[in-house]
Amino acid sequence: MSTVSRDAVERRALGVLRPAFIVFLLVITLFPFYYMVLLSFRPLDQVLQHPGALWPDPGEIDFGTYKDVLASQADGGQGFLTFMKNSFIVAIGTVVLSLLVSIPGAYAVSRLEFFGRRQIGALFLGVYFFPAILLAIPLFVFFTRIQQRGTLTGLVIVYVAQVAAVSIYMLRNYFDTIPASLEEAAAIDGCTRLQAMRHVSLPLALPAIAANALFVFMIAWNEFLFALLFLVEKRGNWTVSLGLSQLSGSIEVPTTVLMAGSVILTVPIILLFFVSERWLAGGLTAGAEKG
Amino acid sequence: MTIGGPTAPAGTAAEAPPPRSSPRRSRRVRSARAREDRRVGFLLISPTVIIVFTMVVLPILWTVSLAFQHVRLINLRRTGVLGDYSLDNFHDVLTSPGFVDALVTTLIYSVFGTACAIGLGLLAALALRRPFRGRGLVRACMLVPYVAPVVAATFVWKTMLNPQFGIVNHYGTTLLGWNDPIAFLSSAKPVTLFGLDLHVSQSLLTVVLFEAWRSFPFAFLFLTARMQAIPDSLEEAAMVDGAAPTQRFRYIVLPQLLPTIAVLTVLRFIWTFNNFDDIYLLTGGGNGTQVVAVRVYDYLINKANIGAAAAQALVLAAILAVLVTVYLKLFGRAEEVA
Repeated sequence: MSTVSRDAVERRALGVLRPAFIVFLLVITLFPFYYMVLLSFRPLDQVLQHPGALWPDPGEIDFGTYKDVLASQADGGQGFLTFMKNSFIVAIGTVVLSLLVSIPGAYAVSRLEFFGRRQIGALFLGVYFFPAILLAIPLFVFFTRIQQRGTLTGLVIVYVAQVAAVSIYMLRNYFDTIPASLEEAAAIDGCTRLQAMRHVSLPLALPAIAANALFVFMIAWNEFLFALLFLVEKRGNWTVSLGLSQLSGSIEVPTTVLMAGSVILTVPIILLFFVSERWLAGGLTAGAEKG
Repeated sequence: MTIGGPTAPAGTAAEAPPPRSSPRRSRRVRSARAREDRRVGFLLISPTVIIVFTMVVLPILWTVSLAFQHVRLINLRRTGVLGDYSLDNFHDVLTSPGFVDALVTTLIYSVFGTACAIGLGLLAALALRRPFRGRGLVRACMLVPYVAPVVAATFVWKTMLNPQFGIVNHYGTTLLGWNDPIAFLSSAKPVTLFGLDLHVSQSLLTVVLFEAWRSFPFAFLFLTARMQAIPDSLEEAAMVDGAAPTQRFRYIVLPQLLPTIAVLTVLRFIWTFNNFDDIYLLTGGGNGTQVVAVRVYDYLINKANIGAAAAQALVLAAILAVLVTVYLKLFGRAEEVA
């Protein structure tokens, strides 16, 4: 009898707590980003006078911050257009190069028996768990020596090495799900390994490859530490992340303008995320539910 | 040396490929194909091996070498592989003021950051377990703090917590009756709980909360995936027997989640322990929030003492390896299940 009443009491309590907690979660996850957009549209003096406003007053909305933040330094702006161009170059470069490296790598690890296959898998995962700051020191020294420290190329190469492990892991999981018999059939028809890979497995793996490309794009776009170490002295090569962090330290740039910069930094990632959310979540947790 | 340690949990999670009997059988039949496989295998994997070797493995070895030499940014060009090796850097670093503090701060930050992130992720996964209209969208929204760029997230937090015009302090003073605005990110004042000094500064508490906010989606994602694999029949049976929701959680759901929680603990602990971005961007390492990773950066850039920076990074990696090994020894069984 007592358990039945406990059940009823708990159900009633949870019936109230659950929705309340979901609302709380939504507020903490979304409000900071709403606040970011809100401040980017409000004039600075209004923000200082009415810091608690939860929506802009009519007629208060001001797009000037975006013009300020995007315009080049020569035009009195902050030059975020250049930073965006740099971020795109770095992110796209990392995606293309890392796919060129990791698709064949993942295929080999998934399909082919060759010496050291298992060890390579373990080594790559180990790499992924290494502290970035430990790698940062020698890479900083190395790229200083070969005088490539201020370049976007150097940064892309470092990023590719950083994401190669997780890319191969994600893609290998997918290749594992494609039946080998399909390729064996192709082999009977006279295909070599490489032909079978190109014409049979690769087209089937396209969804995973797309998900992986988006994932790598996000990592490269968001990355901060290596961009800071490599590019900080060359303002012309700053990425959006680096530009925002460097300018937020100075008192000359108004907070509302920097909020516009934050929106510019965040929007591409959030858009990409909502477009690809289903594939991404599936790709990352593949294998996690095996128990 | 860390390669062996941290790899293990992921390795066990990853090493569950489908049975490979069929390629093996065909190899016995046609060894020409096996030879081709080996050749093609090496060919396909070599670009990855080359880039990871030059950009990750060699640098790690080089860090070890740098840690034993007197290297500063000025004499960098003259330093070769065969330099003067000594333990001076380690001696200087381990005895320098603030190193032990930084280590303790790192531990507090990673333990509480990991615990809060996984706890919140678990609660969120449970709350969103039962289907309702728009649940897919809510679940996607939960992941936003994790995918958003760290620089933007920290900047918004800094602005929201600003003592002059931040929205948190505005409502704190007007609605919640705080006497003074709280300097969340620039106060070294220790936090007290029931009159107990926890040796945690206000700023450190704030960065721990930030870590929980930013990382709970990761735990949420994996716990949700794991929950979907729990068969409904178990809970239905318990429900027929009159088990209350908390009992069903305690005796049916939680045991199924424990292996996933164990793996998440290792992963999140490693990442939080090594975290540089969040604290550097939020506080710059001031006010009792200097973790070792930020200290390494400080030695590398501001003090231009590469040798000492490398030595500290190695100490950090070594301590992490020891902690993870101890954890795996204690909870190794749970790991194997995962």
